Amino acid sequence: MAERVTRANGAAHASKDQLLGYYRDMLLIRRFEERAGQLYGMGLIGGFCHLYIGQEAVVVGMQAALRAGDQVITAYRDHGHMLACGMDPNEIMAELTGRSGGCSKGKGGSMHMFSIEKAFYGGHGIVGAQVSLGTGLAFANRYRGDGKVCVTYFGDGAANQGQVYESFNMASLWKLPVVYIVENNQYAMGTSIQRSSSETHLYKRGVSFNIPGEEVDGMDVLAVREAGLRAAERARTGKGPVLLEMKTYRYRGHSMSDPAKYRTKEEVEEMKTRHDPIEHVKKLLIDAGHATEESLKDIDREVRAMVTASAEFAQASPEPDPRELLTDVYL
Amino acid sequence: MTQILMPALSPTMEEGNLAKWYVKAGDKIEPGKVIAEIETDKATMEVEAVDEGVITEILVPEGAQGVKVNTPIAVLRGDDAGASLTQRQAKPDLPRAPSEKARPSPAIAAPVADPETPAGTRMVKITVRDALRDAMAEEMRRDPDVFLMGEEVAEYQGAYKVSRELLQEFGPKRVVDTPITEHGFAGLGVGAAMAGLKPIVEFMTWNFAMQAIDQIINSAAKTLYMSGGQIKSSIVFRGPNGAASRVAAQHSQDFSSWYSHVPGLIVIAPYDAADAKGLLKAAIRNPNPVVFLEHEMLYGTEFEIPDVPDWIVPIGKAKIRRVGADVTITAHSRMVGLALKAAEQLASEGVDAEIVDLRTLRPLDTGAIIESVKKTNRLVTVEEGWGQSGVGAEIAACVTSEAFDYLDAPPARVHQVDAPLAYAANLEALALPSVEKIVEAVRGVTYR
Repeated sequence: MAERVTRANGAAHASKDQLLGYYRDMLLIRRFEERAGQLYGMGLIGGFCHLYIGQEAVVVGMQAALRAGDQVITAYRDHGHMLACGMDPNEIMAELTGRSGGCSKGKGGSMHMFSIEKAFYGGHGIVGAQVSLGTGLAFANRYRGDGKVCVTYFGDGAANQGQVYESFNMASLWKLPVVYIVENNQYAMGTSIQRSSSETHLYKRGVSFNIPGEEVDGMDVLAVREAGLRAAERARTGKGPVLLEMKTYRYRGHSMSDPAKYRTKEEVEEMKTRHDPIEHVKKLLIDAGHATEESLKDIDREVRAMVTASAEFAQASPEPDPRELLTDVYL
Repeated sequence: MTQILMPALSPTMEEGNLAKWYVKAGDKIEPGKVIAEIETDKATMEVEAVDEGVITEILVPEGAQGVKVNTPIAVLRGDDAGASLTQRQAKPDLPRAPSEKARPSPAIAAPVADPETPAGTRMVKITVRDALRDAMAEEMRRDPDVFLMGEEVAEYQGAYKVSRELLQEFGPKRVVDTPITEHGFAGLGVGAAMAGLKPIVEFMTWNFAMQAIDQIINSAAKTLYMSGGQIKSSIVFRGPNGAASRVAAQHSQDFSSWYSHVPGLIVIAPYDAADAKGLLKAAIRNPNPVVFLEHEMLYGTEFEIPDVPDWIVPIGKAKIRRVGADVTITAHSRMVGLALKAAEQLASEGVDAEIVDLRTLRPLDTGAIIESVKKTNRLVTVEEGWGQSGVGAEIAACVTSEAFDYLDAPPARVHQVDAPLAYAANLEALALPSVEKIVEAVRGVTYR
């Protein structure tokens, strides 16, 4: 198979309702994460907390390319994926605060949340492990012949883990219905991709497994959706996996405790002011006459209300009953 | 004249069938010529001549079964005086770990009625290997979500022939050959389990599963808890564990204590064929991740097994293999065989040992152990692995805290010496538990 490397052009058409939906979904992630950061600062969220701010177009665009029942699995920067899958913001925020109303009953925390109902399979804390697991979900899809596709996300850091390539090999060998998304936010914790990767064009990482790769502008929700639709179609029709490299950027540090001194303020400002994924859709909406600054404020208000409600729920929800300590160890 | 001896073609081979002779008396042979074909329960292999000369006599005819390694099978007249080496060097007569291969199950002095076996049940003889195979086949027939994956499980029929003929019956969709990629296929298996399938993941040996231990523990064992009970992993990881014979440190490790440390896992280590089959079937049906530790040295051993249509042995229950009054010996997997032999010897010295076969290491049947110790007042634990933080250490801690007043002697542990396992036959034998070491430990706790 010839290497297929294309760049999505981002000129795909989207209806007014679609664009408004993407705007709302991305804004919900942004506002949710800002509030999570605030609650972390107040000591209401413990442990590790990895925010998705800046990367919103990736999950929202990919989700727009999927069908009901398609699975999603990712690593620990997972809040955005869960919101995009339609999980309840209250349950996610309550999991962050470690309360009984959380989607893992307070036992998982930021990095370990799941929803079988929404086909979200985590939420995994070990870098790269979710790639093998997602390949296994795709194996089950093929075994059952149910036509589902599993979207398996990982970061540029995980791209150097061995099991990623063990999984690529089997997925391509057995033509499994999996779409691999490498969210290249350019920093594996504090190590830039130039300092960690001998080949920095990560979409090429599937070449020796005959997995076609595409580099995609991950700050453009329509470019993501377009590439996602092509990849999902290929996977669904038994042609095997695709690797999409989403060029994206996280505005915040790796986790809450990261002052991000390994990059310049100018670099971050440049991304925020010139490449922001939400501002991009806002401009599309206004330029096309689908919305005005004023009409979008209604969406802003709706989103803020949801996020405020989730924060209130997450603080009001009681801590887990001590009897939960020894439940869910075995079935 | 030189005798050509029945060769050992694998580290654990002790006998084989002489399937075919390619030469006859009077034939001239030279090094490299295939002279015979030998079959074992694992494989068929060709025997090449090492020396040059003329075959003067065939000692073991074609078709002979169960020819012991080092039995003279033919006579060779060397063409020159220098060609006097034997076909294969006979293995030096060094102390070796006792083997139970192809021997009937040891006589038990005081046989115990198995609560799982109804009275009057017909018994049939079967090897542990075939018992495991039958367990998988029966469960695959019963549940279409059960599938087997691993290295060489399909076309090759299993590296140790445990999956023999499963490909023929179930096809490549359900008997899946993987690349050599333990970390990857263990994770893939867990992912498939999270989607609701019931994978059986075979590791060619548990030594190789160390590459995959992250997926076994971090993904399979912990996700049910981390998801608040939402995501289950009904998956069996199985394969041979512990020391085979002369395969050295990297291929000879007992992982019993490693996995039995981990909440969320079930850990099973059967001894005989009935437990191998009944517990593997129970493991496949269990909704939790199961680590199933087999023993290569037992694969070829024949035992009696109840001839019932759906033989299941409950997980988490120890079995009293021998009733005794003077000392409790706990053991699992191959060590049960050594403990039974030790008990025979001890009986001749007037010591009546009770053998508790642990069978399941997690959840550990501490009740059965405590009950036995309350009766015998003495404890010897036997395990193939290292002592520190071992299964014996756990049992000793449990017994001293829960039955301290019943003990008439400090518990003793028999385990591998605190070093990687050596290749040299004498060092290997010195390192591993043996009948003699168990007898010695029992003498210690009985002050003899």
